[in-house]
Amino acid sequence: MFRRLPDAAPCAIGFFIDGKPASARAGDTVAAALLAAGITACRTSAVSAAPRAPYCTMGVCFECLVTIDGVGNRQACMLRVADGMRVETQRGRRVVSS
Amino acid sequence: MAGARVDFDVAIVGGGLVGTSVAWGLARAGRKVAVLDEGDIAYRASRGNFALVWVQSKGQGMPEYAAWTKRSSDAWQGFAAELQESTKVDVAFERPGGLVLALSDDELGARVDALKRLHNQPNMVRYPYEILGRGAVEKLVPEIGPEVVGASYCPLDGQCNSLRLLRALHTGMRQLGVQYLPNRGVDAIEFRGSEFHLRGRGGELRAEKIVLAAGIGNARLGPMVGLAAPVRPQRGQIVVTERVQKFLCYPILTIRQTDEGSVLMGDSAEEAGFDDSVGLGVVSTIASRAVRMVPLLARLNVVRTWAALRVMTADGFPIYDHSQSCPGAFLVTCHSGVTLAANHALAIAPMVAAGRLAAETHVFSAGRFGVPQTA
Repeated sequence: MFRRLPDAAPCAIGFFIDGKPASARAGDTVAAALLAAGITACRTSAVSAAPRAPYCTMGVCFECLVTIDGVGNRQACMLRVADGMRVETQRGRRVVSS
Repeated sequence: MAGARVDFDVAIVGGGLVGTSVAWGLARAGRKVAVLDEGDIAYRASRGNFALVWVQSKGQGMPEYAAWTKRSSDAWQGFAAELQESTKVDVAFERPGGLVLALSDDELGARVDALKRLHNQPNMVRYPYEILGRGAVEKLVPEIGPEVVGASYCPLDGQCNSLRLLRALHTGMRQLGVQYLPNRGVDAIEFRGSEFHLRGRGGELRAEKIVLAAGIGNARLGPMVGLAAPVRPQRGQIVVTERVQKFLCYPILTIRQTDEGSVLMGDSAEEAGFDDSVGLGVVSTIASRAVRMVPLLARLNVVRTWAALRVMTADGFPIYDHSQSCPGAFLVTCHSGVTLAANHALAIAPMVAAGRLAAETHVFSAGRFGVPQTA
């Protein structure tokens, strides 16, 4: 769906999407990195289970929630992707245990 | 127009939980009903409440209110089932029992005394409740914090999704033929020749009977038909978290998890007039107390805060009245539009249909405030 611009800097960041290695540009948000990697549904709705994807990409709509390094409901568009980051697409509600 | 039939058997002023509960009940009894409502910017407690169906600790000073509350709580399951059957809207009612947590021995002692006083009143309705020690509370809510020393528990307490309740009532009453008229605030009501003329933006409407269910607006409307409604706004603030998997199976008076996963924390009681803004001071007090009760909450993201205005009487009890000077004019007001929804639909509506309030409601007349009926 999305392609990098031809003059974009090389993808130097290595991270994981659902356990599989992926790469991104330094400075990408997690949402941008997911979209560039071809992930068009990052979670399912906590109420209806419908697939959802990054929408506003500026922190407002809360559609891009994913699990990052074990913590659910993180806003992918508000975080920069980092080396070694473990991003997981989220099914339904965040699990919180004490 | 003289001699022509009135437009409606009953016109209800107010389209919140109280008005729509009564409207649904009246339409179910075969009456031709209109609901005149304000618009989206109305003060609408029905969209800002905490959605408890709560029994424990209600009725100190008026045991009849405890009985009235218990009756509605007992009717709620059937009420919710009937709404779901006809409207397909699940209002998510459940009645697991509810807790009031104590964070110190003093708090627990005060709770024990308050419940003893409540249940020792003459003519108090009987229902079970227990005082639980920390161990017993922990079995129900394993996530409690170290400061929790105990709780009161009442198996009658429950909760629902009150936004869907409002939606179910709107859907249900329209299915039954009720005419919903939004943006029709009422400016004047006249009683002429045994019928009521309601005037406002959007013209005039005539009805044989009226029910004032306009919340705080009842204070202005009541005197137009010889009824007094000394009610004032009382602000309550609520903090809402992100949606997470169910971990809290019992509502804890000031903390509950909705069927959709959000955790609500509330609910303050402030005298702030018509100011329904949110203040950080109160919100942080709510949050810090909630975190002491359930420390896990500190790890959740807060996504919204809001404030809404309760419709409060001087003694905190509802008002049900029938006008002496304008027979056919009824007034219904309370701050527990969720808990009492079943009664308003299944008990009050049939009384309005029959044209008189039953004896068990007379204790709720505004006459108890010593306010003389006007005009």
